[in-house]
Amino acid sequence: MGVLSHYLEENGVPTTGISLVRPHTETIKPPRALWVSFQMGHPLGAPDDPAFQSRVLLAVLKLLEAPGPPPVLADFPEDEPENDEITVLACPVNFARSAPDTGETDPLQTAFRREVTAMRPWYDMAVKKRKRTTVGVSGIPLEELGDFIYALSRGEEPENPAKDTPLVYTLKYAVEDLKSYYIEGITAQPGQSSASSKVLQDWFWEETVAGKVLLELKKVCEASDDKTMNMVGAHFVVPGDVARRH
Amino acid sequence: MVRLEDVSEEERKILMSLPCPSFETSPWVGGPPLNQRRLAIITTAGLHTRDDRPFQIDPNDYYRVIPGDVQPNDLVMSHLAASFDRSGFQRDWNVVFPLDRLREMEKEGIIGSLADFHYSVSSAHRPEEFEVCSAEIAGLLKKDKVDAALLLPV
Repeated sequence: MGVLSHYLEENGVPTTGISLVRPHTETIKPPRALWVSFQMGHPLGAPDDPAFQSRVLLAVLKLLEAPGPPPVLADFPEDEPENDEITVLACPVNFARSAPDTGETDPLQTAFRREVTAMRPWYDMAVKKRKRTTVGVSGIPLEELGDFIYALSRGEEPENPAKDTPLVYTLKYAVEDLKSYYIEGITAQPGQSSASSKVLQDWFWEETVAGKVLLELKKVCEASDDKTMNMVGAHFVVPGDVARRH
Repeated sequence: MVRLEDVSEEERKILMSLPCPSFETSPWVGGPPLNQRRLAIITTAGLHTRDDRPFQIDPNDYYRVIPGDVQPNDLVMSHLAASFDRSGFQRDWNVVFPLDRLREMEKEGIIGSLADFHYSVSSAHRPEEFEVCSAEIAGLLKKDKVDAALLLPV
């Protein structure tokens, strides 16, 4: 971001911006930046906290009135508010990651399908409450999303519903659609709207069948002959810290 | 995050190994008080409108345009990275794209006005590759009479 700031200013546009990684900003020296201690992905801090977001915004915008000289690098004095309550998240129906032996030919797929379906009322509730969803980038209908990802995780090559998009990108967008579907849904449940991102991440990757399927998908991508698929598998399906735990 | 001491050693190493140029010049453009400024958001969160093309790794593809009247359900994210938290954006778009807050500030007279267009810049480029695209976006911002660009990373 600091690089863009430098170039925009060089071309006559005044800029100010958020810095998430202070050492980067100290090196690039953009004209004006406000360093915040928030996690990556949260330049304005916590969700559903308008007062906090406004304080961050005012602080970063006020730098436009700083007399200089450049670089102006200020520190925001507050940390991101976090929910200190211990939240235990659970799927509407708990399908253990070690799928029960129900005599099914593919118990993992059965458990995955059940879990995806069981999340649906909460996802629908989330959309109703928030009047928005971030699901939908892949273009795959929700009813088909789980089976599409599951087929990929078994090394199959399902038909790509996005005709103009290479399969590897449809895969990546579908993975994010699936994660969004779960996170939007679980945070619509009673008492869980303010669960911390760490709680949500731990829940998704350690407790859900979906997390297990994506960990399998990562392995399949990494074993592919396709270089882009390898790269997506190595970096873009599972967060690095999660991958190192498994 | 993003106190470096709070992240794992591996993530810290990755962050510190990212290409990070330094410049010999320090450009600085002044302007009127905040309450007279016209403001645009520049984000690298991989945001775009739902009917727009998702981001891919393409050396010729730099940015998407987000109209000023965009509504929360119009905006989706197709950033390729898996390393940052998306649950904030999934619950409240203002965590990444604080347009509701800025619209409030415009109404309260804290800022002058909001631009007709905001920009979402792909982060799948080396830093020096942004030089040409930045000049283009700067030209577009000036045509929109923007004199305050707010840059927001993820």
